[in-house]
Amino acid sequence: MTSVILNGEPRELPDGATVETAVGELGAPGDGVAVAVDGEVVPRGEWASTEVRDGQQVEVLRAVQGGR
Amino acid sequence: MLELAGRSFESRLILGTGGFRNLEVMAEAARESGAELATVAMRRGDPSAHGSIVDVLREAGLEVLPNTAGCFTAREAVTTAKLAREALGTDWVKLEVIGDDRTLLPDPAELLEAAETLLAEGFTVLPYTSDDPVLARRLEDAGCAAVMPLGSPIGSGMGINNPYNLRLIVEAAGVPVILDAGIGTASDAALAMEYGCDGILLASAISRAADPPAMARAMRKAIEAGVEARRAGRIPRRHYARASSPEAGLADLEQGEREDNAPDGDGARAASRAQLVERRSR
Repeated sequence: MTSVILNGEPRELPDGATVETAVGELGAPGDGVAVAVDGEVVPRGEWASTEVRDGQQVEVLRAVQGGR
Repeated sequence: MLELAGRSFESRLILGTGGFRNLEVMAEAARESGAELATVAMRRGDPSAHGSIVDVLREAGLEVLPNTAGCFTAREAVTTAKLAREALGTDWVKLEVIGDDRTLLPDPAELLEAAETLLAEGFTVLPYTSDDPVLARRLEDAGCAAVMPLGSPIGSGMGINNPYNLRLIVEAAGVPVILDAGIGTASDAALAMEYGCDGILLASAISRAADPPAMARAMRKAIEAGVEARRAGRIPRRHYARASSPEAGLADLEQGEREDNAPDGDGARAASRAQLVERRSR
């Protein structure tokens, strides 16, 4: 198992899990979603090929109401 | 017409989307405001969520401008801008780096650093800045597409606290000056335009008004009025009154009260008024 922090919550992912696996834990990704792993952006085209490792911090973000 | 980073916008209002009680009210206010750009923030969320704010804004005819709200360091802001670029497909960013929790004032050092980094990465940077003319110049020199000084703290509704600084920024700027934060009501918006701002970013004044769509309309009109007034050229302020009706040809209606028998005419009337003023001051 791979233990990551996904949007602030600890999660156990199967061995060999990728960014795509992690995002899928939260729901099937639509448009307008972006991911950072340990503070570095992972472009959408690289989600499937980017493995996550133990202890990594995965942030899955989308646009919300905000500003002034 | 607002010229921003090589693009033209009919509206000089950029709408923040914070504080609206729901997306329906936001969409209606957005339409009433005439704005063509609206800010959004990047937050953790369900990646499968439908009917998102981006869809609602685009349906209402607005383009999305991501911000870096909530970031306290240059590093956080830069990463957030990159995430927004990835999520929304825009390299425009409303850059905010906050330095103080209570006042939400910008952190000038982190802001400038973030701006320089993002500009080097090809972003179009629209920075929220304090009303410091020197910092505004530094941001412009770095290559920012606009400077966005606050009128007063975010959400405070205090209006423009330092008109002098704002005017110094406007005088010196070679890029658009967009007043960002502090607007409380329509007259504040008109005043900002009269001071020579090129645009305004606001949300709370509309989104937290009792009737947001009506306030959105008021803001649109106020901004138009302020721009017109600026163009028209206001009269100078005077310490004393300046009569707007002619002095010449005033009737003498105090004839019976006069102490001497001065002849009729303007001279007599002036004498009679002098006597009147003297009597009252005794």
